[in-house]
Amino acid sequence: MKTITINGVDHQVDVPDDMPLLWVIRDVVGLTGTKFGCGVATCGACTVHLEGDAVRSCMTPMSRAYGKKVTTIEGLSPDGTHPIQVAWVDDAVPQCGYCQPGQMMTASALLAKTPKPSDEEIRTALTGNICRCGCYQRIEAAVKRAAGIA
Amino acid sequence: MRRAAFLQLTTSMGAGLALGAMLPVALKPARALAAPATDAFSPNVWVHVRTDGTVKVMLSKSEMGQGVYTGLPMMVAEELDVPMDRIVVEMAPAEDAYADLLFTHDLTTGGSTSTPDMWPVLRQAGATARAMLVAAAAKQWGVSPASCTTANGVVTSGTHHATYAELAAIAATLPVPTNVPLKDPAQYTVIGTSPKRLDIDAKVRGTAQFGIDVVLPGMLYANIQKSPTFGGTVVSYDATAAKAVPGVVDVFPVSSGVAVVATNTWAAFQGAQKVKVTWKPGMTKSSKELFAEAEHLARTTTVVTDKRGAANLAVAPGKELGAVYKGPFLAHTPMEPMNTTVWVRPDGVEIWSPTQVQSRTKAIGMQITGMPADKVQVHCTFLGGGFGRRLHPDFVVDAVEVGKHMAGKPVKTMWRREDDVKNDAFRPMAVSVVRAKLDGGTVSGWEHRTAQKSIMRTWAPPLFKDGLDAFAVGSCTPEDYAFPNAATYYSDHPYEVPVGFMRAPGANWNCFVTESFMDELAHAAGADPLAFRLANLGPKATRARAVLQLAAEKANWGHPLAGTTQGLALGWWGGAYSAIVADVALNGSQVIVKRAVIAVDIGRVIHPDIALAQVQGALNYGLAMALTAKITLTNGVVDQNNFYDYTVLRMNQSPEIAVYIVPSTESPAGVGELGVPAIAPAIGNAIFRATGKRVRELPFSDALA
Repeated sequence: MKTITINGVDHQVDVPDDMPLLWVIRDVVGLTGTKFGCGVATCGACTVHLEGDAVRSCMTPMSRAYGKKVTTIEGLSPDGTHPIQVAWVDDAVPQCGYCQPGQMMTASALLAKTPKPSDEEIRTALTGNICRCGCYQRIEAAVKRAAGIA
Repeated sequence: MRRAAFLQLTTSMGAGLALGAMLPVALKPARALAAPATDAFSPNVWVHVRTDGTVKVMLSKSEMGQGVYTGLPMMVAEELDVPMDRIVVEMAPAEDAYADLLFTHDLTTGGSTSTPDMWPVLRQAGATARAMLVAAAAKQWGVSPASCTTANGVVTSGTHHATYAELAAIAATLPVPTNVPLKDPAQYTVIGTSPKRLDIDAKVRGTAQFGIDVVLPGMLYANIQKSPTFGGTVVSYDATAAKAVPGVVDVFPVSSGVAVVATNTWAAFQGAQKVKVTWKPGMTKSSKELFAEAEHLARTTTVVTDKRGAANLAVAPGKELGAVYKGPFLAHTPMEPMNTTVWVRPDGVEIWSPTQVQSRTKAIGMQITGMPADKVQVHCTFLGGGFGRRLHPDFVVDAVEVGKHMAGKPVKTMWRREDDVKNDAFRPMAVSVVRAKLDGGTVSGWEHRTAQKSIMRTWAPPLFKDGLDAFAVGSCTPEDYAFPNAATYYSDHPYEVPVGFMRAPGANWNCFVTESFMDELAHAAGADPLAFRLANLGPKATRARAVLQLAAEKANWGHPLAGTTQGLALGWWGGAYSAIVADVALNGSQVIVKRAVIAVDIGRVIHPDIALAQVQGALNYGLAMALTAKITLTNGVVDQNNFYDYTVLRMNQSPEIAVYIVPSTESPAGVGELGVPAIAPAIGNAIFRATGKRVRELPFSDALA
């Protein structure tokens, strides 16, 4: 048994060291907000924060996550009021919504480090997150809204 | 495709036909649905006034991003006079009482039919409920119903007031009226506004339940190693290495390959890759061979439709031009990979599925398990994208077979992204041979020949008649163009690769051909592409003309953004119209769309912001289809694997998009597909203007390499 801390809660898990964090979050701990999209870190649907950094949990082995603080969409705010979540509602971003937890985790990590990102910085950060519904215009607008950029 | 043809087609499909197309099973007649205890008054299957003051609306259509979860209940809210924040949505069970009347006569979500299908039904359902609540109030107060008004879920007459919840018990005892008059649209307070989407809070908190998110006690997880070729079968397999993976609990053959069941998804994935399978190969053709076959079929077919005038190019006056266009297979790749969870128990079967075909999902459950209709329950979850992929329930078959083998335990059968890319029901590859006669600035003759595998031949056989799949030829010879002599020739192209509907099916390829070739004709005539189209549109083409002129005006046609050239195209889908002007720059083989201006006419708009989002999103989807995406085969095996080699649109490639919606009081049309058809030809036409090179094969990245 080893300890993994997700959204401030310690979980004792007994899994192989090379098991990806994604599947521990989803299938072992049972938090389903973090999504599986590609399994090879190309789509961003599985993005979580590891010690505040946006990482692709589908390619993050447990050996790199033990003893670290993991934040998932469920832990971004207790009640859906993180500025990114509020902006996502105000700009009516989600369509199917499946990629949005990953989009929001990437965006919130960006704003935590770069509170007033340039257009280029927003695009660079979010180009790793695919949205097949094609919400890109609204995602970009919502990141700017959350950052207070007119 | 054209609305008239579409309606004609769909009415020719009898009830249950769509089911029979996939499996020879028919649902039993609808059962009376018992209302849950909290429903105080249920005048019909759609609307339930509840004791807590909310109104439950049953949703028979899958929510996959297109907004039916909000837009359809708005129709009830409007006629019933309840605010949207008091509407609760529940997914309807796959029972005939909820079957659609326009598309397949069962529970199916596709073809942009949800809004037009439910428009009469849900308004009438809401109006009926309101009339009965008013009648209940009038009876209680001894006043005339005509003296009663309704607003915000309250009936008022003079000094009398009562909430719907208070009136529900009396209303429930009254006879159900028929043909209740509907509101005058001038009085609408909900339809035409953009209330908050009813699913948005769950979707920003990570609590919306997609198929993949279903969690059941003791649930197991499965993955299937599938045949590398289409139609391949398992000769033998060795499960030793798979069984050595920690967490793997069972390995067994199913019809699509070898299934591995484990205690978590990752172990199932690992295990399935480690099964050593000897396959008997299926189809071993390569793309090149299939394209050669298709071109031969397109050139020689005699199956003809949409004939006009002499329907003989030879007798049309003027100069003849011709071209050959080729389009690849495309994969849908919705963000949620295919999955379904099945629990087979002695007392029945439960299926949780992100499906666009609830009724077929149920039929598959019945056929594979042998359970009767009343023992098979389908729970339709949110869909992580659909785009037509989930109209093809191969993933449900997988899951039910696995669930049956593991009877007693709930099992979620998951596909990897690689399984999805390699085993899609692909947008069919196509070869189109177009010829026309140009008489001055007038198209005097038009012949559009195309070979594409028929989707309907297997999906809905009654819609494949005399060698013609009318869905496959939409936009080949658009009604709006006044060609006096025209014909469309079609050939089915039979091969083992599965094909399916992809956002704006038919039009997503044919419109590229038609609108690129119209541009070729304009150039040959020495005419401006806008003026040429306006001159060749018929007198009845008022809606097409209007969107074309609006897009041209808003994009400042003729004055491209710095460093770009402009291209323009019309697009059609399901009785709705679009026109796009794209401002495009080139960087070697890389196409950079700087801006896309799109004007659409979708009839009356239910929720303008959702309509806007759908048009933006569909345009982005169409861009992905055109810029770099392709599925190719080498010796029958799909060459692509995942998003690293099946490349879709990312934020840095997505242009500024300006959407203009033409105000309309026509019946509402679906809006989910309309952003797709015109974007590829608009880009190709812009590229021609910049380079003089006419792109006739997609994707653009290959054509310009």
